[in-house]
Amino acid sequence: MALLDTARPPAVPGRPPTSELVLRAFAFWITQYRRTWRGTAISTVLEPVGFLAAMGVGLGALVNQHHGTSSVAGAGYLEFIAPGLLAASAMQAASFESTYPVMGAIKWNKQYHAMLATPLRVVDALAGHLLFVLMRLTITCLVFLGVMLAFGAVESPWAFAALPVAVLTGMAYATPIFAFAATRENDSGFAMLFRFGIVPMFLFSGTFFPVSQLPGWMQPIAWAVPLWHGVDLCRDLVFGTATWGPALVHVGYLALWVAVSFVVALRMFSKRLVS
Amino acid sequence: MVSQMPAQPSTGDPLITARGLVKRFGDFTAVDGIDVDVHRGEAFGFLGPNGAGKSSTMRMVGAVSPVTEGTLRILGMDPAVEGPAIRARLGVCPQEDTLDVELTVRENLLVYGRYFGLAKDVIAERTQALLEFVQLAERAESKVEPLSGGMKRRLTIARSLINQPDILLLDEPTTGLDPQARHVVWDRLFRLKQQGVTLVLTTHYMDEAEQLCDRLVVMDAGKIAAEGSPLELIREWSTREVVELRFPVDETEDAGAKIEALAASEASLAQLVARVEILPDRVLLYAESGDDASAEIHRLGVTALSVLVRRSTLEDVFLRLTGRTLVD
Repeated sequence: MALLDTARPPAVPGRPPTSELVLRAFAFWITQYRRTWRGTAISTVLEPVGFLAAMGVGLGALVNQHHGTSSVAGAGYLEFIAPGLLAASAMQAASFESTYPVMGAIKWNKQYHAMLATPLRVVDALAGHLLFVLMRLTITCLVFLGVMLAFGAVESPWAFAALPVAVLTGMAYATPIFAFAATRENDSGFAMLFRFGIVPMFLFSGTFFPVSQLPGWMQPIAWAVPLWHGVDLCRDLVFGTATWGPALVHVGYLALWVAVSFVVALRMFSKRLVS
Repeated sequence: MVSQMPAQPSTGDPLITARGLVKRFGDFTAVDGIDVDVHRGEAFGFLGPNGAGKSSTMRMVGAVSPVTEGTLRILGMDPAVEGPAIRARLGVCPQEDTLDVELTVRENLLVYGRYFGLAKDVIAERTQALLEFVQLAERAESKVEPLSGGMKRRLTIARSLINQPDILLLDEPTTGLDPQARHVVWDRLFRLKQQGVTLVLTTHYMDEAEQLCDRLVVMDAGKIAAEGSPLELIREWSTREVVELRFPVDETEDAGAKIEALAASEASLAQLVARVEILPDRVLLYAESGDDASAEIHRLGVTALSVLVRRSTLEDVFLRLTGRTLVD
């Protein structure tokens, strides 16, 4: 069989729409995920079960015993931390998906370079990968919500609106970390990111206790952290106490993080991949 | 041999045209104003040592790296404007493999074909033909990771053909492969050439350039030093034959100086030897007849450890043009 089609019409200017090119890049990550999803499936389920059982039920019993069941924001401790953990686990999953895989696609397996030799552009490679992270976060958060339901930690049907909010919270981390990862020569910076960025935010952004209990000078810092906005809104939604004003501020703040970080990430990707 | 074949006649507009092409990275000028035309059906080479600017040129031609200065047209289009349209019609075999080692051979082709927007059944059909072509059909379902370097390189070549490209770009296609694997790759590339595929390749192996290229440019320090078919270049810049003389360690330099002096004083030798080149480990005599030259040098009292008469190669052309050897 001839490997070439000599009767092909001459090449013409133009390209498919951006959405089409982004989906082509997205399709690659799906293909790869099909090979590896089994490895992540168990931890996706076990993590929320472990957290809710240990912190919510175990530690929660102690907290409730000392303060009465309606001490923290008017609910039991399990109900209090479950929506916070939902947002926090989105953040954690997002940071893993945005560090090593991005560095791998630049340096180790070089999948981005393979994409850029085809009609795909830097923006397509970036957006396609972020779209995949969005899909992964959706699965992670959906499983988490399911586990919350099983633990009886859902108070209101509005809880389902917490799913996109948690995913958005994750994306507010994924996008800047994509930009950060594209500037790294090796993965040693990632350990620092987790140690001095992700873990403190996990602990002090209102997941385990209200930020009003932080020292006064620390509270504005907590308000600037995207996770706090995700935690606060997820909790209001799961309790069914959300109001439009604060909800829009939270969503707007998180969306702004994603938008600004996307522009920065695109610049970093271009610098790294097509100099 | 392949290099004896005449360059294929050029038809129509060039597929690639570069005029005054420059690539700078900060203060460093990687490509310093080159002019190149590549025509349909031609096998065109960039020959030069590492750091000559070959890969930077290839990345610009591949519509990936932006042009700093000058004009570049690929398939009649400007890569700064029509990058996706150009890349849709190129096949790229990069210097470092960009295969996904966790996926299978077949999945690598599937994923790559999808980047071009090809339908799954079209990819499946082409995959079969391409894997047979690169002799990897039995490995279709195996992961890429355990494949040998030669197999990975052949897979990269197969992958670069999935979109039936107008031009196949190969950056150092056999660097890092053992001699046997190199010959298999050369054989496949030669078959592609015979099918009429336009090949553009970079190499620092003169034998690779001689075997595969109809026409080539010799690059050094970002500039083009000479251009022509391998045979033309050898005729223009070298003699028909070369005598390689080896001497005991530490005596090469003195022996070389003595031979140079003889070539200047003895008319009988000067008639036979066009040029003397002293390398760290041997002395080269450029002559139309290597046997005559070596007989005469022996008669004049120079005794070498070993004497080898060989044909001139592109290596000699490069040495003449730049004063350096291609591969150190």
